[in-house]
This record gives sequence, C-alpha cells and structure tokens, in this order.
Amino acid sequence: MSDTITNRFADGDAPSEDPVDDARPAPGDEKMWTARLRGAGVRALPPSKLLPDRQPSYVASWVYIFGILSFASFIVILLSGVVLIVRGPSWWHESQVGLFFNSIHLWSVELFFFFMVLHLWGKFFMAAWRGKRALTWMTGAVTFAISIGAAFTGYLSQQNFDSQWISTQAKDGLNSVGIGALFNVLNFGQMLLWHVLLLPVFVGALIGIHLLLVRRRGVVRPLPVRTGRHARTARARTPAAPPSSEGVDR
Amino acid sequence: MSEAPPQSPRTRTLAEASLGSDDSAWDGPKIRYDLVKEFVVALVVIALASVALAAIFSSPDDHPVTIRQWSQGNPGDFLATSVTELDGSSPTATYGPPYNSWTSGEGQKIGPVGLQRWAGVHIPVNSQNDFVLAPLHLAAASDPSLRAALAQYSTASADQQKQWTTAYIKGVGHVKFHDTAVVLPRGRYGPVAPMLSGLLNMARTGSLDADLLASPQFYGTDYTKPLLFIADGSFLAAEASAQHLQGDQWGMMNETGNYPGQAWLWLYTMWYQVSPFSTSWSANADALVWALMMLLTLALILVPFIPGLRSIPRLVPIYRLIWRDHYRRLAADAGSSSAPPGSG
Repeated sequence: MSDTITNRFADGDAPSEDPVDDARPAPGDEKMWTARLRGAGVRALPPSKLLPDRQPSYVASWVYIFGILSFASFIVILLSGVVLIVRGPSWWHESQVGLFFNSIHLWSVELFFFFMVLHLWGKFFMAAWRGKRALTWMTGAVTFAISIGAAFTGYLSQQNFDSQWISTQAKDGLNSVGIGALFNVLNFGQMLLWHVLLLPVFVGALIGIHLLLVRRRGVVRPLPVRTGRHARTARARTPAAPPSSEGVDR
Repeated sequence: MSEAPPQSPRTRTLAEASLGSDDSAWDGPKIRYDLVKEFVVALVVIALASVALAAIFSSPDDHPVTIRQWSQGNPGDFLATSVTELDGSSPTATYGPPYNSWTSGEGQKIGPVGLQRWAGVHIPVNSQNDFVLAPLHLAAASDPSLRAALAQYSTASADQQKQWTTAYIKGVGHVKFHDTAVVLPRGRYGPVAPMLSGLLNMARTGSLDADLLASPQFYGTDYTKPLLFIADGSFLAAEASAQHLQGDQWGMMNETGNYPGQAWLWLYTMWYQVSPFSTSWSANADALVWALMMLLTLALILVPFIPGLRSIPRLVPIYRLIWRDHYRRLAADAGSSSAPPGSG
C-alpha cells in the first residue's frame, strides 16, 4: 500500500470521460500492481466492449441466441441446485416440494445441454475460431466436456436406483484407465461434493472466461463467399482493403 | 433488438467492411443489440420452460435396491453370491485395482499400456472378510452356533475351505426355502452352510446393509462395499434389465422411466454397441472406449488447429444459411453500387 496520498488530478487535469484514459495510473503509480491490473483490464475490455449496445449488422440469426440460452439454463441449474443444497440431499425424496425443485434442476440440465449442443454445432459451422478466437472455442469445448462430468456426478448423487446402477456400471470404465483409483463413483460423499462444489465452480469459471473472450474478440465475421459477384465488385472498389482472413486461425 | 441505428461517419459499406481480416474490428454497418435485455428474456423463458417441464413430467426417483430387498426377493441369488465372496471367486474378489490385487490376469489394456494396473490398489476391498466374515463375527457375539461355525472355518486348511465352498456352490443351485429355513441338497458343506444361513438372516433383517456401510468414525457416506456386493449378484442387474438399462441397451445414457436421461453420452454409449468393441475387443472395451473418447474430446477442443477438420465449415454450406441475410444484403449492395450512375 502506498504511504503517500496523491491526487490524480492535482495538476488541474479534469477527469477524463474516456474510461481507458481514466484507468491509466496516476503519475508515480505506474508500478503499482493494482493500478497496472486495472489499466490492463480496462484496456483489454473497456465498458463499450464489455457491454456493447451495438453489434455488426451480420449478427442477425437465431443461431446467436443458443449461447445465451445455454447460459440462462446454467443460471436456472445453479438456482434450483442452491435450493436443493439448502435443504440437503434427502429432502427431495421426502417432500413433494423437494421433488418439484429436483425436477426443475433436471429439466434445466436437459435444456442446458440441448442449447449448448446447438450452440456448439452452430459455432462449428460458422468456423467461429477464426480471427484469434481459438481460445474462445477451446474454453467452450472444455466447458462442454466438464459439464458432462457435472451432470454425471449429479446422477450419481441422487441416492436412488439410477445412482446405484449408473455408478456400478460406470466404475468399470473409470477403473480401466486408472481414474477410478482417485475418483470413486461408488462413494456418494465424494460424488456429491464434486457435484455441488468443484464441478460447478469449474463450469462457472470457464463460462465466465468464455464470455469475456467473446466480448474481447467480438463476434466472428461471416465466412467470405468468394464466388459471388458482390465479392468481386467490393474488392474492385476497395483497393486499400486489408488482406483476406484465410490464414488466421483457420 | 436489431433496429438499424444511425451509423458513424467512419463506418464503411457492408461490402468494404466484409473484406476486412477475421481478427480486425468490424467497421461496417452496425445494429442496436440489447445484450442485457436478451439475457433477461432468455432467463425468464428458460425458467418458465423448466418449471413447466417439471410440473408436467416431474423426475424419476425409483427406490434404491437394498441388501435386505435382495435377500428377501431372491435369497438363492444372495446365497450363491455370498459363497463366491467367501471363496474369492466373485467379480469383486477377482476385480483387481483399485479394489484388490489380481490373483490372475492383468486387467484391461490400451495396446501394451495397462493403466488400471499402474494406478494400483487405492480402495482396498477384501470380499471374503468385508462382505462375509466381518459381519458374521459381529452376529456371532450373540449366537454360539455361529461362533462355533466361524471357528471351525477359520481353523480349517485352505484346501478344506475350498472343498466346503465348492460343494456349497453346487448345492446352492438347488436350494429351497421353507419359511426362513434354508434347505440344501445333501452335501459336505461343513460350517459354510450355517455361516451363510446366518448371513442371510442378517441380510433379511437389514443389519447387513448397516454393517457394510458402517464407518469407524460413525458418519459414513461411502457406499463402495454395499454397492460392490449388490452388483456382484443378479438382483440389481435384473431390475436394470427390466428398465432397459443394461450396457447393450444403451444403459449408461438412460434412466428409469420415460425420461431423456444423459442423452449427451450417446457417443460414449454407442461404441459399446458396435464392433469391434462389442466383439473382438470386448475384453478391453472399457479402456479402449475411454481412450477413444479422450482422443475425440481432445480433437473437439483442438478443432481450430487440425487441418481438414477446421476446413469442414467452408465446405458445408450451412454458414450460408446462418448468414443468409448478410449475404443477401451484400449482394444487393454490390448490385446497386455497381449500377451505372443515375440508373436509380
């Protein structure tokens, strides 16, 4: 912590209206970790990028809502899961209200995967990893994989016939590759903790990173249609246009 | 959500902006897009849909199978399973890591690699002691005849024990039950018959469920032992078959009742249904399917870097459908701008 009190506008400078300017360290603060982190954060994601109210004109398709529907499903999963956590793992077996919240939890998971798969296929056919967006794709794919684990541990934590059958069947696959030695699907306590804590934290963190990357890089451009008359015409009218994107993160 | 706003003077035409590189900022026409409103609407829609689906379809919750149920519903199977636990020939007794060491075989392999063996024994289970002898010793404290049978068994030679259990395995196939009494054909079962009848009595009262779950620190959440014991019998599998949950019925992705289950496991489950995993590779099917799925998951994550795979979207014209409005506007703009001046 600094032991001197500084006034960033001591020289009479008015506060800037540009948040990127505003995030710059005051004179003498350039080496402060906090100031540097703030500056780097705001430069990478200024408010206009973090929450833009404009999008390129090509962002006009149903395919763009599958991502936000997946995210909304995740929020409903979390909220219904929190209700189930508050009353404990046995509640939903003994109470109609508990069963109802368990049902909301189950169906929001089904919706989550339904929309996530549509989102994934949509982004695949858009080649959405172009333009330095490979990390965005990768975080999405890892989120999908870990979500499968999160749902799987949920099935194992139900304390009913499904849990018994799925765990006794799944153990053989996990044991055959050595994972079962550390990840014991027959251990209810272990699976419940993975389901209500570790995996939701992983999925939530990955979704957060994924969303920030989407905002940082923006929505990928449409794939170029090289055979149309409009492309040739446009190229002829814009001699100074940047080169095509063919080689970038294709 | 997408009403065209006034464009900035720096905005280029759609055709000009479309020629920009993929990693450059879009400087063409933009539309108003209310992300927050879109999220709130999506959240309300999903919440309402989840509540509606929950109200209409509820969720499955079939009661778990207990050892008590098993011993009451199919006592013959319980006894037949218990004797294999006692003589060390049950699936659990011969499983290998992570539960115990193999008496024979090396477990599943991926080519020459045996990950199961390398991982070692981390969850020790001795089926003879954990499932049979230890619970019987607890009951023997108040049952002198059981105590005598256990003493006779434990002081006998391994060969003698084997002769008794082998005879019992043959005899239990013809077992009958008169009320609670176990009636076996004549045979040299030694103390094994009273021991396993005692175990059956424990199971019928439910005390074996509690004993197998018992934890030295009072609280327990680890069901490894009772689940392994139940899974060694055929009672659980019969229930699963009736619900179409067996491995050859795409079981892993299904759940009880008419619910969608884990539909996202379709690819993993599919490999078990097809050759060679279901035929010549079946001995190592679990390890090979897992290896294949890990490879495919890695490929999914690394799609942007895999030549050929990353080019598929350019070859499959689905993107033209997704961005059809954009391409239509692009064509219209190009058409109007290339028309002779004054042509309207």
